[in-house]
Amino acid sequence: MAGEIYRKPIMFAIVAAVVILIGTAVTMFFPMLTPEMHPKLEGLKPYTALQLAGKDIYQREGCHYCHTQTVRPLKTEVMRYGEYSKAGEFAYDRPFLWGSKRTGPDLARIGGKYPDAWHYRHFENPRAFFAQSNMPSYAFMKNSMLDGEEIAAHMRANNFPYTPEDINALNGKTEMDALVAYMQVIGTSVKKEMPVKVAEVEVKNPLAGKPEAIAEGKKLFAGNCAICHSADGKGGIGPSLVDDEFLYVKGDLADDDYFEIINNGTKEGMVEEGRTAKGGMPPFGAQMDKNKIWSLVAYIRSIQGK
Amino acid sequence: MSDYQYDNQTVKGFIVSSIFWGVVGILIGLWISIQMWKPELNIAPFFTFGRLRAVHTNGLAFGLGVGAIFGITYYILMRLCKRPLIFPKLARFHLYLFNAAIALAALSLFAGMNQSLEYAELEWPLDIGVVILWVIFAINVFGTIIKRKEEQMYISLWFIIATVIAVAVLYIVNNLSIPATLTKSYHLFAGVNSANVEWWYGHNAVGFVFTTPILAMFYYFLPKSTGLPIFSHRLSIIAFWSLVFAYLWTGAHHLVYTPLPDWIQTLAIAFTIFLIAPSWGSVVNGYYTVGQDWDKMRTNYLTKFFILGITFYGLQTVQGPTQGLRVVSQLIHYTDWVPGHVHMGTMGWVTMTVAASIYYIIPKIYNTEIYSEKVANTHFWLVLIGQLIFSITMWITGIQQGALQKAVNPDGSLAYSMIEIIAKNYPYWQMRTLGGVIFTIGMLFFIYNIYMTVRKGKALAAPRA
Ligand code: HEC
Ligand code: HEC
Ligand code: HEM
Repeated sequence: MAGEIYRKPIMFAIVAAVVILIGTAVTMFFPMLTPEMHPKLEGLKPYTALQLAGKDIYQREGCHYCHTQTVRPLKTEVMRYGEYSKAGEFAYDRPFLWGSKRTGPDLARIGGKYPDAWHYRHFENPRAFFAQSNMPSYAFMKNSMLDGEEIAAHMRANNFPYTPEDINALNGKTEMDALVAYMQVIGTSVKKEMPVKVAEVEVKNPLAGKPEAIAEGKKLFAGNCAICHSADGKGGIGPSLVDDEFLYVKGDLADDDYFEIINNGTKEGMVEEGRTAKGGMPPFGAQMDKNKIWSLVAYIRSIQGK
Repeated sequence: MSDYQYDNQTVKGFIVSSIFWGVVGILIGLWISIQMWKPELNIAPFFTFGRLRAVHTNGLAFGLGVGAIFGITYYILMRLCKRPLIFPKLARFHLYLFNAAIALAALSLFAGMNQSLEYAELEWPLDIGVVILWVIFAINVFGTIIKRKEEQMYISLWFIIATVIAVAVLYIVNNLSIPATLTKSYHLFAGVNSANVEWWYGHNAVGFVFTTPILAMFYYFLPKSTGLPIFSHRLSIIAFWSLVFAYLWTGAHHLVYTPLPDWIQTLAIAFTIFLIAPSWGSVVNGYYTVGQDWDKMRTNYLTKFFILGITFYGLQTVQGPTQGLRVVSQLIHYTDWVPGHVHMGTMGWVTMTVAASIYYIIPKIYNTEIYSEKVANTHFWLVLIGQLIFSITMWITGIQQGALQKAVNPDGSLAYSMIEIIAKNYPYWQMRTLGGVIFTIGMLFFIYNIYMTVRKGKALAAPRA
């Protein structure tokens, strides 16, 4: 019998098909029938028309060949990007966009990390921020208008709710608007944790006024902060650091508040000393030790003339 | 009718087409490799990295790979069944439709129509075209085998049958989607489920496009060109069945540490390790076959192509399972290590074996000898060196990326920002391009050699005609 099969092509084909389908059934078909493959987080909302348009552009441009959208539960990865990815975050992603290569950083927690203005400038020319970036420039998207009809068809295919007003609101919006809207929603169904909780921070900067610290802070500022606060600290995408406002209220705050905001970043609605943040200041605590942050504070104080 | 008798025209047509798409795909490979260190070479909107990369992978996997598989399978099929193809005109139509589909595929990918499923990027109308192509192929394969004149089915036919069945199931299931417009669809599966279906498909595309049909060539052309019989029939039986059984369980090794349920990951990793055995079944069989007379390495120029090809297949199938282990995946997954791994297989195993098979077929069809063994040897060394430079540089920089991303300062904060890590890749990305240029020059030697052989064959045939 065993030898027969190599003379009977039809039987051979049937046996081969069965052998191939066993693994397929166990690892692919069977899980699909279980609820564990269809989880959905409570806070997860379907994409809006503008966000979906952005997601379509993300797929069209092949952003997923350079960016992943899944944070692995590994210590340094969580430090770098934020809370690790949960199965229930992706229920509206057809297909999933986890990717397989990180030429650039993971984007699973990009939503709310930067202000919109940062993304516009970055998409237009990534090298304006990072000379060493090899991400393509997508300036053309500023001038490509969205097509409401088409996006409505895409919404229907996904079974996402929308109103005619939603579609009308797309009039005059550009592809870049859509892409930025998509960036800002990615990963936001999971509560954003402050990456590093600093238990005890000195109230006064221990490095205040030290020339080496100020020099070090100046270097760090140019490399990490100037993008948003401009080279002289007078503000741009982020607010001025040298005026007498802090989080939009007159009156400066103490060194430890500076430390905290640099360490933890901000998110919309966060209240610090009774002042409400708008969000968009990224956290630096994971990539800068205490000394670096205190050096930055020392430098900021020096340009404030304090 | 006589033209269709042994249907060499169709075989030739597929070989020439696959070489053509191979050149296109390789040049785009060079282009994207330069874009990695010279982003000014991104010409928006049609020629940015994100679009060209899809043209590169599809052009080579489907244009070069599947095109060669169609043509060479037809060649093998007719010899092993001792009869012409059952539907030669259908096979000719197959060839035309194949070229039309690849051309449209390339255009659609330039235009950004991308399902974002790796190796299943093509949008739904083209998917339907691909399925039609595959059905035509299946009809000719099964029809010819059923009506064969040789009772016993040789090993290569087993691999061909498995390929036809597996690819059909894989391609159709993973491409199920909800069409929104003619040019845009959404995966029928969402989130984690979508991921599981895609990598069940993705890994087995490697298994049943880049492995089983290439093994069919290997088992056919190695004995043909060396004159040595396959060492062990029993070993090939065991290797075949365990390979086609185990492959389908392993897709989730691409999803280690993702939110996919742990048990699927663990099961996949276990089968991935097991996969070493059937893979090495074929490797050992290959070595022992030539081991009957190692002198063939020197006396027959094609032997070394096959032996090196199977060696890279062997290395690939040890490296792959290692990558599946959680500790290793942690470090190298998502880094440049993976393109290093992929290209050892595609350049070292697939392209090497396909090129050797073509070297065997073309002189046979034209009733002549290869134009120049010297040129073939130059081709061999250039593609080998090019591929090694590519893989080794990517392994080094991949490990570096993984390690720097994990590196922490004494106080526990991260030692490197992403942009600092990216900056360190540049020299390796540049060396990769150098490897690619050397590989490309090697392929040009190959094409020249084939072209000259065809010319020689035509000149010989002309007076007689
Ligand atoms: C060739 C690879 C490549 C492609 C394609 C690419 N990027 Fe990037 N991306 C990078 C690199 C490298 C960086 C890091 C340097 C920088 O910020 O420019 C980056 C950074 C980013 C960031 C900032 C992430 C952070 O946390 O700082 C965002 C957002 C982003 N890319 C979005 C996109 C989108 C959206 C697309 C598609 C339209 C895209 N990228 C295409 C390589 C790429
Ligand atoms: C991506 C842009 C961006 C970068 C980069 C950035 N910031 Fe900010 N920063 C902001 C924004 C936006 C705010 C306002 C926060 C809010 O409203 O929630 C802010 C607020 C601040 C504040 C509070 C100042 C005030 O007057 O309200 C300080 C201090 C600060 N940033 C320091 C830094 C330092 C130091 C760095 C570099 C390590 C840095 N920032 C990098 C965008 C940025
Ligand atoms: C001149 C020769 C080649 C060059 C320069 C080249 C370059 C590249 C580059 C730069 C990438 C993208 C890697 C990334 O995303 O980081 C890539 C991916 C890929 N290439 Fe090539 N390539 C070449 C030949 C080939 C050949 C001959 C094949 C197949 C027969 C092939 C198949 C693939 C595949 C399957 C991928 C996807 C890899 C992955 O998912 O990680 N390439 N290639």
